[in-house]
Amino acid sequence: MRKGLVEQKGVWIGKPVRRIEDRRLLVGKGLFVDNLRPGPMLHLAILRSPYAHAKILKIDSSEALKQAGVVTVLTGEDVAKMTKPFPVGVLNPPKYYCMAVDKVRYVGEPVAAVVARDRYVAEDALELIDVEYEPLPAVVDPEEAISSGAPLLHEELGTNVAWHRTLKYGNVDAAFSQADRVVSLKLRFPRYTSAPLEGYGVIASYDEATGKLTIWSNFQGPWTMYAIAVNSLNVPEEKVRHIVPPDIGGGFGIKSSMYPYLVLVAIAAIKAKATVKWIETRREHLMASSTHPDRIQYLEAAIKNDGTVLGIKTTLLDSIGAYIRAPEPCSILRTLGNFVGPYRVQNLLIDAYSIHTNKCPTGPNRGLGCPHLYFGWERLMDTIADILGMDPAEVRFRNLIQPEQMPYVTPTGGIYDSGDYPRALRLALDMIEYDKIREEQRKAWRDGRYIGVGIGIGVDPAVSNMGYVTVAIPPEVRARRDYLPKSGSRNRARVKMASTGKVVVSVDVNPQGQSHETTIAQIVAEELGVRPEDVEVDCSMDSLEFWTVSSGTYSSRFAASQASAVALAARKLKEKILQIASYFLDARVEDLELKEGYVCVRDEPSRAIPLRRIAGAVYWNPSQLPKEIEPVLEATATFDIPTLKPPDENDRLNSSGTYGFVADIAKVEVDIETGIINVLKFVSVHDVGRVLNPMIVEGQVHGSIMHGLGGALYEELIYNDEGQLLTTTFEEYLCPTAVEALRDIKVGHIESPSPYTVLGAKGVAEASSETTPACIANAVEDALKPLGVKIRELPLTQEKVWKLIKEAKKLA
Amino acid sequence: MKKRIRVKVDGVFYEAEVEPRVLLVHFLRDYLDITRVNVGCDTGHCGACTVLMNDVSVKSCQVFAVQADGAEIMTVGSLAKDGTLHPLQEAFNEYHALQCGYCTPGMLMSAYFLLKRNPNPTEDEIRRAIAGNLCRCTGYINIIKAIRAAAERMQSMR
Repeated sequence: MRKGLVEQKGVWIGKPVRRIEDRRLLVGKGLFVDNLRPGPMLHLAILRSPYAHAKILKIDSSEALKQAGVVTVLTGEDVAKMTKPFPVGVLNPPKYYCMAVDKVRYVGEPVAAVVARDRYVAEDALELIDVEYEPLPAVVDPEEAISSGAPLLHEELGTNVAWHRTLKYGNVDAAFSQADRVVSLKLRFPRYTSAPLEGYGVIASYDEATGKLTIWSNFQGPWTMYAIAVNSLNVPEEKVRHIVPPDIGGGFGIKSSMYPYLVLVAIAAIKAKATVKWIETRREHLMASSTHPDRIQYLEAAIKNDGTVLGIKTTLLDSIGAYIRAPEPCSILRTLGNFVGPYRVQNLLIDAYSIHTNKCPTGPNRGLGCPHLYFGWERLMDTIADILGMDPAEVRFRNLIQPEQMPYVTPTGGIYDSGDYPRALRLALDMIEYDKIREEQRKAWRDGRYIGVGIGIGVDPAVSNMGYVTVAIPPEVRARRDYLPKSGSRNRARVKMASTGKVVVSVDVNPQGQSHETTIAQIVAEELGVRPEDVEVDCSMDSLEFWTVSSGTYSSRFAASQASAVALAARKLKEKILQIASYFLDARVEDLELKEGYVCVRDEPSRAIPLRRIAGAVYWNPSQLPKEIEPVLEATATFDIPTLKPPDENDRLNSSGTYGFVADIAKVEVDIETGIINVLKFVSVHDVGRVLNPMIVEGQVHGSIMHGLGGALYEELIYNDEGQLLTTTFEEYLCPTAVEALRDIKVGHIESPSPYTVLGAKGVAEASSETTPACIANAVEDALKPLGVKIRELPLTQEKVWKLIKEAKKLA
Repeated sequence: MKKRIRVKVDGVFYEAEVEPRVLLVHFLRDYLDITRVNVGCDTGHCGACTVLMNDVSVKSCQVFAVQADGAEIMTVGSLAKDGTLHPLQEAFNEYHALQCGYCTPGMLMSAYFLLKRNPNPTEDEIRRAIAGNLCRCTGYINIIKAIRAAAERMQSMR
């Protein structure tokens, strides 16, 4: 066994325990927001802008209001009166409201909303609202948006640059002067979205008598974004109750940005003095919910002739859409601590821009910034290999951080907690039989077939530091006395024994399919010596209960953070149970153990008491217990990853709490007559620390590979030059189906437990979504190497690949 | 303008007055409160709302409620009998073929319809049969395995 590997597995932890959640979902009893029926409801529909950029000259809703069943109409005028602009973590942001106030800046931006008896009536009434627009020229490309003469989205800013900082680490000039050569790349990473199958949904209820507002939504957290949203309402936060049901139909970060619709539906409820429901349609979702930014990246690397990368200079041009919306500039800053990926590079110059364009506002999407980041790194590694005539795997081994360097502090301030990257990459290469593919490839090329193999590796950050976005503010501003720093990341758990001896757990998460109920039941069962089916877990959230700004399910935080809090709370409860049992069994606490629903005296099986007896005594007959024993079978614990501090004065920041590792390798064949890419084989090796449930972990890996594959091959939110979105249904926005699902896929693991989490677990759910796009791009370029095709952008649609091949043939 | 319709859903008769434009899925969800049929799009691409209408699978967002007058609708609610899960549901649990569970009711109905017509499908036949049902969580791999396993189990139960 190597150092750091977990040898023992638990009774329940580490086992493929079947999911508890499935019981309700398999029979169609999921508690999704659209299934909630909190009394009589009105329904809201939204009129959206047909223009990418236009002045609103006039809105006339008088005809709509005459329609039977229409209760009220909201326009930008109401919004400007009833709400404040949403805050965001950059200096001098433009005003962003939940609805256009004077101008529309992207196709699909809300312009008016109708509240009516039912959704059909509301949709009818939208057509009766007369809006007069003055169309303006639009800009969709971030580079064009910052060139002179580009139309300005927000005139008051005088620029389309929403945010810009130049970040320097190490000594870049020295690195470039010591270099044998410099490699340059210009890359484009497209807009795509994980497009959860359930869109957004919000129900808001206003009680005029008490001034209380209740909101139900399928928001996934972080609750910072809830706090920000609610703060823009003219209703004090303590008068607002926010409830998130236990089932959300997919999230993937798309439901984690600041949710403008919480506010839009809330003010509709206030204006209508009623309960109002809005469920997003697919068209609305693709036009106007969220996506990650498209990015243009310039990358220059100073390299040695042995493949060592000494330093990089990079310019990131993120097209963040019409408004900078919290938590942007997350797509850049969330990746700060792991900006060097798995490589030892010390010298960096990052020139980072968030740029306004006439597109939908952006935010997290599975992998948050890492798919972009590793597309850059992994395309660079292959380009270096190509230039130096080295094998792509060899270039990576040359630059990898070594296991003895762990915990490793990156030049940008990340603290990589554990890992053995060379070993994990070696395992992936072995699993796919890399050397064999290279032989097969040479033969295939001779036969006129194009087989390629591509590697995509990355460090997978999890548990976002709540302070990461503050790097958006320059250090001299952060140093001011009145500046309030932000940092940390917390979860809480309450573990309680019912009078029956069964266990009830509540937590502060908003799962969207990540199987928290099952994993929590496993952990509690392990700690308290019961069975998972004896543990009831509540994964709904209610703002009347506990929450902090970091609550929610996002940034792959569950296994590292929430699971830690659950284990700690269960251990606290265990102490209480043992104390009571020691009284009944007349034994010392240290001689007791919990096993199969009993507290037993170690090595004396006859001296045992069932948990239900202990619970019974506490609930039904507490007076019999000695005074020093508190008759409460409940424990609460909070957990904070200790390494999450605010950024320092040199902009160094540990942006995430744990860092896993992923190595994806794909074998592909490209048909050069048609441009069709066939993924023949896929291997994915992960180091997620301790694996809590291998079945669930593998499910997350499959899903994240598929998102990466979708982004690599099919999915793109395409805008034309006028800013019209061309992909507004699943007819044009091509999600992979079962026919495209991988046929030959193998998942491998090594386990390097995190020293910073209670169970040693790290995140998993985003890892392959970060590396698969690069891995596929590398494999395709590798396959087409005899033709000299260079891959600089995604997705690799059949048409695009066919054109690249045609161009390359022409040149040859 | 409204039309009175009578529909049998999972063995229960319902009567209601609906406008001709009301979609079957909205009729089920909003008129009958049958929320075990989900909506993932309204263009017939995602399959979340798949039900059987007179034993044939349909996407209930592509059918008007009035077209279902006199019809028998089967949703995922009909699969489990007396609290015992259908072999498909059992296999979906065993093979971890669902995560968020939003596509699951529609996915199960497409799989059920496949196995009714073809009790012993090949992997490719399974893939094609559920190609009209999107899942954004699982990458389909475990869904395909689960359907295959359920088919085998149902064959051996015959």
